Amino acid sequence: MIDFSFTVWILLIPLVVFVLVGLFGNRFKPIVSGVIGTSGLFVIWVLSLFTAYKYFFVLEKAADGSFQKLLAVNTVWLNLTDKLHVDLGVLLDPISVMMLIVITTVSFMAHLYSIGYMHGEKGFSRFFATLSLFSFSMLGLVVATNIFQMYIFWELVGVSSYLLIGFYYTRDSAVAASKKAFIVTRFADLGFLIGILILSYTTGTFDFITLTSSNSPAFSSGQGIWFLGMSTMTWSMIFIFMGGAGKSAMFPLHIWLPDAMEGPTPVSALIHAATMVVAGVYLVARMFPIYIHEPAALDIVAWVGAFTSLFAAVIACTQLDIKRVLAYSTMSQIGYMMLALGVSGYGGHNGLGYMASMFHLFTHAFFKALLFLGAGAIIHAVHSNYMNEMGGLRKYLPITHLTFLIACLAIAGIPPFAGFFSKDEILVAAFHHNKALFTIEYIVAGLTAFYMFRLYYSVFWRKEVHYHHTPHEAPATMTIPLIFLALGSVFTGFIPFSKLVTSDGLPFEIHTEWMVAIPSILVAVVGIAIATFLYRKDNNMPQRITTALGGFYTAAFHKFYIDEVYLFITKKIIFNYISRPIAWFDRHIVDGTMNGVAFVTNEASDRIKKLQSGQLQQYALVFVSGTVFLALLFIYLWTN
Amino acid sequence: MFEGVPLTWFLITGTIMFFVGVYGFLVRKNLITILMSIELILNSVNINFVAFNKILYPDHLEGMFFTIFIIAVAAAEASVAIAIIINIYRRLVNIDVEKINEMKY
Repeated sequence: MIDFSFTVWILLIPLVVFVLVGLFGNRFKPIVSGVIGTSGLFVIWVLSLFTAYKYFFVLEKAADGSFQKLLAVNTVWLNLTDKLHVDLGVLLDPISVMMLIVITTVSFMAHLYSIGYMHGEKGFSRFFATLSLFSFSMLGLVVATNIFQMYIFWELVGVSSYLLIGFYYTRDSAVAASKKAFIVTRFADLGFLIGILILSYTTGTFDFITLTSSNSPAFSSGQGIWFLGMSTMTWSMIFIFMGGAGKSAMFPLHIWLPDAMEGPTPVSALIHAATMVVAGVYLVARMFPIYIHEPAALDIVAWVGAFTSLFAAVIACTQLDIKRVLAYSTMSQIGYMMLALGVSGYGGHNGLGYMASMFHLFTHAFFKALLFLGAGAIIHAVHSNYMNEMGGLRKYLPITHLTFLIACLAIAGIPPFAGFFSKDEILVAAFHHNKALFTIEYIVAGLTAFYMFRLYYSVFWRKEVHYHHTPHEAPATMTIPLIFLALGSVFTGFIPFSKLVTSDGLPFEIHTEWMVAIPSILVAVVGIAIATFLYRKDNNMPQRITTALGGFYTAAFHKFYIDEVYLFITKKIIFNYISRPIAWFDRHIVDGTMNGVAFVTNEASDRIKKLQSGQLQQYALVFVSGTVFLALLFIYLWTN
Repeated sequence: MFEGVPLTWFLITGTIMFFVGVYGFLVRKNLITILMSIELILNSVNINFVAFNKILYPDHLEGMFFTIFIIAVAAAEASVAIAIIINIYRRLVNIDVEKINEMKY
């Protein structure tokens, strides 16, 4: 038995860095804060790799040959009752160890990159402090031993995301975006909290190991109680998924993610592409043994995922801001992961979708972080987010160009890049489960290839536009992460995930199903070919196509007016018909009662204050009369 | 010394003194006069004490002692009251009780 208690340092180091840089950051030179933050992340990156090595290759397996679920560290934090207590600790199982690697790798790369990218920015230390806070919260989320700890860290990542989106707090759009992100995810977290309450009420425990074991109380209790045609357990799973959908920007709670691109680009890469937004997927994966018993909830997961992936892919084809294209692409890919979980079964080869989802999460983290960091390098070079102000950049940014191309190929699903393998597994899982879902994902694969290469050609090819100053390649601190992540995007596809991360912890064999793989490669190639045809050279074809599509294009360009729908619902309906009456009630009834009491008291005292005239003899007269009156009264009473 | 004087007479004298005092307290405007009225009230009580003690309980001395206490306390009270009155006079150049009405609402 290996002692894994050192894993607590993976949490503590970023927390210490946060406190140190957060409190004393202003006294350091900016670069010192950067170096402290980055070296802290480097240490926990190494620790995480060490943990993964020990966990997957050294630690002995459980009796049935599966990977153990290990409580590395555990302390009781809140003792509510004898049975119900909230713990804090570190839970190691295949998915949490995998997430440790994803988070620390991408976070370390983003830190390193930020030293170059944020150079000379006001608030450099604040940036690194918040980044460390985020790393701490995200790591705490994935190693949570119980759903309550997960909720605590879930909110903490929300807060750090809010702080980082609003990093440029002097810019109104950034402030609005940070508030929007916070409020929308907070609203979703309300569902999560309700789900937790229902779950813990019916099962009497928060603990993940108890909840997901084969004789979990979640399977036996709560089944008999029905509400609106579904058992309470199903409801709690649906509510928990609502929280996950908010964090993972699933339709219809996705509206915050594109706006979150107001934050600095390394933040978009780390939080809004690779780590925080997959927390929803991770949550569903964590609760998967319960979800598998609630087919209705799992169907919702699958369909929401499928719809979001299609919806976001269509919007991504029309956007001009490169970071927004990537944001919609992220939504689309997370939709893939959700769908894969939704179509998955449990145990052995049935759990292919689960494995594929985790696999895609892993590879996606690499190539999407790479895409964002590449986009950051581009923005750094030309000082614009809009692709119609770019073009012909491949000469000026050779490293960025090459790494960006690798990432585009990876996300498009061209073998042998990482995205191909994981996406292929998802398609296979969908194919065996539901042909309609499979068809949607198939279309999305084509769209993905198309919009990524539209972006690629628009930025790096076409005629050069006039730049104010010649664009130049980014400094080494920015290109090294790009190269590293590009290597990751090439090679992570070869990791034998089915041997490591599976639904029940038992390894199983997978083999490429060429009947699914070849058409998916073909559709990707077709997508790339169309993009090449339309965007490699300047021509008027895209213009003509958009005109031909007319209303549909306009709708997609305006993100299908979802933001407007939200504004209508909140401003016109909720504000007018709910908030205003409540405000009226508060102002007139609640405040009115209080004001009325004060008014009556005031008036009454105004009337009787004349009694206190300052005339001593008046008082004495009242006193004497009172005494005489009482004396007469008592005499009268006694004598009778 | 007072053999043959009935108790009632003492009580009537006390009561008259008391109400004269109360009347003076309520209607006189001069603070010194008001103070004198208070002395009247106290002394009417003293008469009652002495009379009751002498006639009802000749073997006891409590009434007498009480009277002496009251005289002592009244002396102290009078000195304090006069000190207050002098201070009021210095400040307001007035000892008319109706004009001294600073402490009102």
